[in-house]
Amino acid sequence: MITINVTMAVVLAVLYSVGFYLLLQRSLMRILIGIVVLGHGANLLLQLAGGPPARAPVLGTALPEEFADPLPQALALTAIVITFALTTYLLALGYRSWVLTGRDEVQDDLEDRRVAERQRPEGSMEADAEGPDDEEDPGSAAASDRTDEPAEVSGSGAAR
Amino acid sequence: MLALVVAHLVVAAVLPLVSRRSRRAAFGVAAVLPAATLVWGFAHLDAALGPGLEETVTWSAALDLELGFRLDALGLVMIVLVGGLGALILAYSAWYFGKDSRDAPRNSALLLAFAGAMLGLVLADDLLTLYVFWELTSIASFLLVGQGGLHRANRRAAVQALLVTVFGGLAMLLGIVFVGESAGTYRISEIVAAPPPGGVAATGVALILVGALTKSAQAPFHPWLPAAMAAPTPVSAYLHAASMVKAGVVLVGRLSPGFADRAEWWVPIAVLGLVTMLIGGWRALHETDLKRLLAFGTVSQLGFLMVLFGSGDRIGEVAALTMLLAHGLFKAPLFMVVGIVDKVTGTREVGALSGLGRRLPGLAVAAVLAAASMAGVPFLLGFLGKEAAFEAFVHQGGARGWVLALGLLAGSVLTVAYSARFLWGAFADKPGVEPVDPRRPAAGLLAPTWTAAIAGLVLGSVPPLVNALAQPYAEAYPATDATEADYHLALWHGLSLPLLFSVVALAGGLALHVGRDRITGVHRALRHPLSAQRGYETAVAGLERAATQVTGRVQVGSLPVYLGVLLCTVLVLPGVALVTGGTWPQDQSLVSSLLQLPLGLIVVAAALALTRVRRRFTAVLLVGAIGYGIGGLFVVDGAPDLALAQFLVETLTLVAFVFVLRRLPAHFDTQNGTGSSPDAKPHRGVQLRKAALATVTGVFVAVAGVVLTGARQQPPAASGEFVARAPEAGADNVIAAILVDFRALDTVGEITVLLIAAAGTASLVLATRFDRKREAGGGTPEHEREVLG
Repeated sequence: MITINVTMAVVLAVLYSVGFYLLLQRSLMRILIGIVVLGHGANLLLQLAGGPPARAPVLGTALPEEFADPLPQALALTAIVITFALTTYLLALGYRSWVLTGRDEVQDDLEDRRVAERQRPEGSMEADAEGPDDEEDPGSAAASDRTDEPAEVSGSGAAR
Repeated sequence: MLALVVAHLVVAAVLPLVSRRSRRAAFGVAAVLPAATLVWGFAHLDAALGPGLEETVTWSAALDLELGFRLDALGLVMIVLVGGLGALILAYSAWYFGKDSRDAPRNSALLLAFAGAMLGLVLADDLLTLYVFWELTSIASFLLVGQGGLHRANRRAAVQALLVTVFGGLAMLLGIVFVGESAGTYRISEIVAAPPPGGVAATGVALILVGALTKSAQAPFHPWLPAAMAAPTPVSAYLHAASMVKAGVVLVGRLSPGFADRAEWWVPIAVLGLVTMLIGGWRALHETDLKRLLAFGTVSQLGFLMVLFGSGDRIGEVAALTMLLAHGLFKAPLFMVVGIVDKVTGTREVGALSGLGRRLPGLAVAAVLAAASMAGVPFLLGFLGKEAAFEAFVHQGGARGWVLALGLLAGSVLTVAYSARFLWGAFADKPGVEPVDPRRPAAGLLAPTWTAAIAGLVLGSVPPLVNALAQPYAEAYPATDATEADYHLALWHGLSLPLLFSVVALAGGLALHVGRDRITGVHRALRHPLSAQRGYETAVAGLERAATQVTGRVQVGSLPVYLGVLLCTVLVLPGVALVTGGTWPQDQSLVSSLLQLPLGLIVVAAALALTRVRRRFTAVLLVGAIGYGIGGLFVVDGAPDLALAQFLVETLTLVAFVFVLRRLPAHFDTQNGTGSSPDAKPHRGVQLRKAALATVTGVFVAVAGVVLTGARQQPPAASGEFVARAPEAGADNVIAAILVDFRALDTVGEITVLLIAAAGTASLVLATRFDRKREAGGGTPEHEREVLG
């Protein structure tokens, strides 16, 4: 009994497709526009889910039976306002980022790239196993008499 | 019993305070509790050898968890090792560590904490309780082997010990759950009394065995034990000879009465135990470091104990308990001897020690007593155990009995050989080697060594004492004939095959030692294509590399890739559900109101154009067109409030965009006048793929919207209520009534979101303005100056 018609379905499909496409771009401004378009699509979907066109739900202008469903409208109204808040905030964030870095592109995470190029993890036990062993035998009786910390700390450089 | 365990841990926690005053006193204080435990154990001798002393503390009644303890014969023998030897070794440590040693405070506290955990482990009668203490001892071992973590040898050995034993521990936990759930109880005594049948329980038993084999350093998991010799010698003597490594053997001893006749239990125990005994003995023959020689000897003896405890044979189990006690009583003093030798000469190398026996005859005699017990010389405890072991398998007969008997004989030959090698290496005069000039060892070092060695002699000379401990444990196994029922430990069983075995072992071992040069030649000629240590290293390195590669593949650091994965997931999971489960509504019309057609066309055209534009300003105008178009659609739908909000918001958004666009370059692809970055020009194929994915997902959302709204059968329940009650809110407009009355709290939340967003936006904009004010020509990046004018 409540069905989204073909025209509106096409509009929804186009809005969501364009939104996702822009979201997948690298330019921060395009991504932001993508979010706005997705927001439009979502608001429209909310409203359409309430039913086909009907009379505005204002008492005295029509019979209650002719009203459009008011609840989705109230929810969509909230959504519109919040989308606006989100948009302005992201806009300010993108602007600030551009002021600071001079580009409005989403960069790949360099640390992640570095991880991908690595053969083995940082502090790897395998790497620790390479190289000469300590001069002193830590299990010896002499080691148990030592009162100071050894001056040379193997592996990660001197401690002090 | 729980109080005793907790007391260990509490005292260990305050021990560092004592260490500040005097390190020696800290070890002294630490030795009190293990000694008290020994006294406590023997005070309950009757109960332990009879019905057993039980104690249950409810841990969590709702989860049916309890801490269950039980003192029985096996527990009592372990208390001799954990408490008695623990007290001796702690006393020994007081003189082993220097007066101001940096390591002493840590070791005294950790050793005592370990003693508490180990005590809990050997007394536990509940599998989950046992598991908790099991892992606590692993952690204590990690900390004690790792010491300060300053030396690579310590770090590597500690990590290896932890990885191997915790791997086994986790397998064991899974096995415990399998066995406990299929038995309906986690009580060891109840499980053993009625062992659960079935495949789940069999898998669980095999998994528990993995834990026992790793903890007791059985092949192929054994290399962690020799590596752990990087720890100070008292630690090695206590954890890695006398007590902790026995945990696996003890667990096998606890469960064997229920499972010894099952192939999944005894076959791996017998095979791996025997292999471990031979490998350990063979390796011990070629070690030049006395401590590592003993470590491989320990590996070998643990294999021996494993075979005995898994035998499920009345005489075999008598031998098992005797050897368990014997091994503690000879291996701990041997380690202490090594510590003293190291202390007074500064070396543990076989090749550097000469003439020590003549200089320190007292120490040499103690070492001979202990080593002779290890070799199985009469009047010492080791002899009693070995005789019983040979008797058990010779008496058992059959293929299994003979293979094990001859295997143990071969292992014993090796044991005698490395015992002789130890004595020769430490004390003999060696031609061509400068005799050592030892300091005098402190009495505090000698006394504990002698005490343990003498205990082995006394117990070995008076068999009825050990018999009284071993028989009650072995009685859990049925005697199959009169020989088994009547078997008692004794120095003289008459001329018999086991006695011949003992003689062969002693003679063969001594012959091996005499021909040691030739044996070394054989050892050198043999190559080891299969090295367990290399296997461990390869496994760890492979794991590290695999983890790095998986991380590199999964975490690529590219936002579009992550989003793509998310969208694909949406398509695969709900998408498949939609295609298989959804039905397309029958009554769908082309258009509900003719006005929808032109408005929809505007929105679609603007949206499609948005993907092609290169100028930022055009893009923003197109977004505006979409927004106004949707506002129009709201009007058609009968939602004037929505349309008003939409027009207002769209206008404000446009204004905000224009403010920002003033500062940004006109085109998307140009970067602040410095030209485009290397990857600014996106690849065409990549863009096509993005477009395809976006289109499919967008279509999916629209189809889902149609199908889901079409699935609705009844008119909305609440909407009529809102309309009917709107007059009570004093509003003609139902939407307004909902927003400011019925759902007013939602609106407050919405206003809060707006305020937070406004505050965030303002702070970001003001930050830029603040920079501009502060900027006096230097410090800020060039582009910023350019931007801010």
